[in-house]
Amino acid sequence: MITQANQTQADTRPEAIHIEGLHKSFGNLEVLKGVNLTARQGDVVAIIGGSGSGKSTMLRCINFLETPTSGRIVIGGEEVALRPDGQPANRKQIEHLRQSLGMVFQQFNLWSHKTVLENLIEVPVHVLGTPKAQAIARAQTLLARVGLSEKADVYPAFMSGGQQQRAAIARALAIEPRAMLFDEPTSALDPELVGEVLGVIRDLAAEGRTMILVTHEMKFAREVASHVIYLHNGVIEEEGPPETLFGNPQSERLKQFLQTVG
Amino acid sequence: MMETLLDAFPTLALLAWEPPGWGANLMRGLGNSLQIALGAYALGLLIGTFGAFGKLHGGPVTRDLLAIYTTVVRAVPELVLILILYFAVTDLVNQGMVAMGYARVQVSGVAAGIAVLGVVQGAYSVEVIRGAIMAVPAGQLEAAKAMGMPPLKTAWRITLPLMLSNAIPGLANLWLIATKDTALLAIVGFAELTLQTRQAASSTKAFLTFFLAAGILYLLVTLLSGVIFGRIEKWARRGQRNHGAGQ
Repeated sequence: MITQANQTQADTRPEAIHIEGLHKSFGNLEVLKGVNLTARQGDVVAIIGGSGSGKSTMLRCINFLETPTSGRIVIGGEEVALRPDGQPANRKQIEHLRQSLGMVFQQFNLWSHKTVLENLIEVPVHVLGTPKAQAIARAQTLLARVGLSEKADVYPAFMSGGQQQRAAIARALAIEPRAMLFDEPTSALDPELVGEVLGVIRDLAAEGRTMILVTHEMKFAREVASHVIYLHNGVIEEEGPPETLFGNPQSERLKQFLQTVG
Repeated sequence: MMETLLDAFPTLALLAWEPPGWGANLMRGLGNSLQIALGAYALGLLIGTFGAFGKLHGGPVTRDLLAIYTTVVRAVPELVLILILYFAVTDLVNQGMVAMGYARVQVSGVAAGIAVLGVVQGAYSVEVIRGAIMAVPAGQLEAAKAMGMPPLKTAWRITLPLMLSNAIPGLANLWLIATKDTALLAIVGFAELTLQTRQAASSTKAFLTFFLAAGILYLLVTLLSGVIFGRIEKWARRGQRNHGAGQ
């Protein structure tokens, strides 16, 4: 088991996301058994693992869509205050931290009663208090970046899955997040639509965005990630830079896993 | 044309606006009915919306109280509820007023009618709206949560508009029931359409004419409501590929 393999002491980039000793149980089922993760600014951390390994749960604990049973979570240097029972102590703090994390879901989850543009300006205008004209201008820039300029006034249900997911990425970017969280962003897409979404994520990685990415796309993880975590049964079985992890896996389980997903 | 019709059915003249016609009375009755129906429906929607959120997100005490409310009100016949709420509650209020040294008050028929039917409508609305909220895709609510939208804002900007398209068919039903439940207020002497019709009919003995006329008025209200709710549903379903058949 290799932990913190490539963690150089000289790295002085500020930590965007820091997780320590994270445990999560659903009833009697312990899904996460004490995992750690550190993403510095500009890091792209890919979390891989079989189904039921706890990788989505780990991601969802970062913005408290799941409440950790125990552990420390520090976002941008700010530690989340937890009550002794593990519940967040301060709802306002959680909301504030969530506003700094752009989440992209497997099922897109665009608001179906709003057009693409309305989806993008919803939180900036109605939660963050950005002036509407400014939010619209920024939304149009983002839509152009993900190649959806002509779709601004279209309702999500009238777009392909790939277009919806690109719109969802633009919506997450619209709140100008500190980091992006991707929860299997291409798993619900038809195979021919996966490429366009991965292309957008690749561009974001190239511009130095901090990202945590739960994915089944091993080739993609190897290409864009700066750090890869292999989860098995709620434990980090192996982690390190992609070349090492994919090129020279140490544990038997990871070797098997990489063979099955090819 | 009019002449031949009147020759064939002489009682139609009784529907004229001016006395000895009873047309104005019927229309006044219809106006009263609609006023009560609108008021009761609005009150019912208010109770229904808060009640539904209370049932879904409230504490154990809130949930129990709401369960008692919806169960009891839906279990007891409307007519009995109207009698209980109209006579018993008015009496209770007045006993309280007297005990505190105030004079007895006369509760206005309109206010009492709206309150009584509103409480009945509310009990059904709670369940319609609760079901509609539960049918809102969880992912869309999670997206709002994940971006740090506060719960009340999420309820107002995401949950309510999304649940509306699910709720409209049930709420349209409730509106039609409200327009017809106003007829039950005849029992407490409120001059709504059915009571006006009965008075006109028994004074003139032209029963068929007046009850047919009242039936046509209720039908017109229903048809017009269908058009209006159809428009509202189409608007509520904006963004959905299936716009639904409407009314």
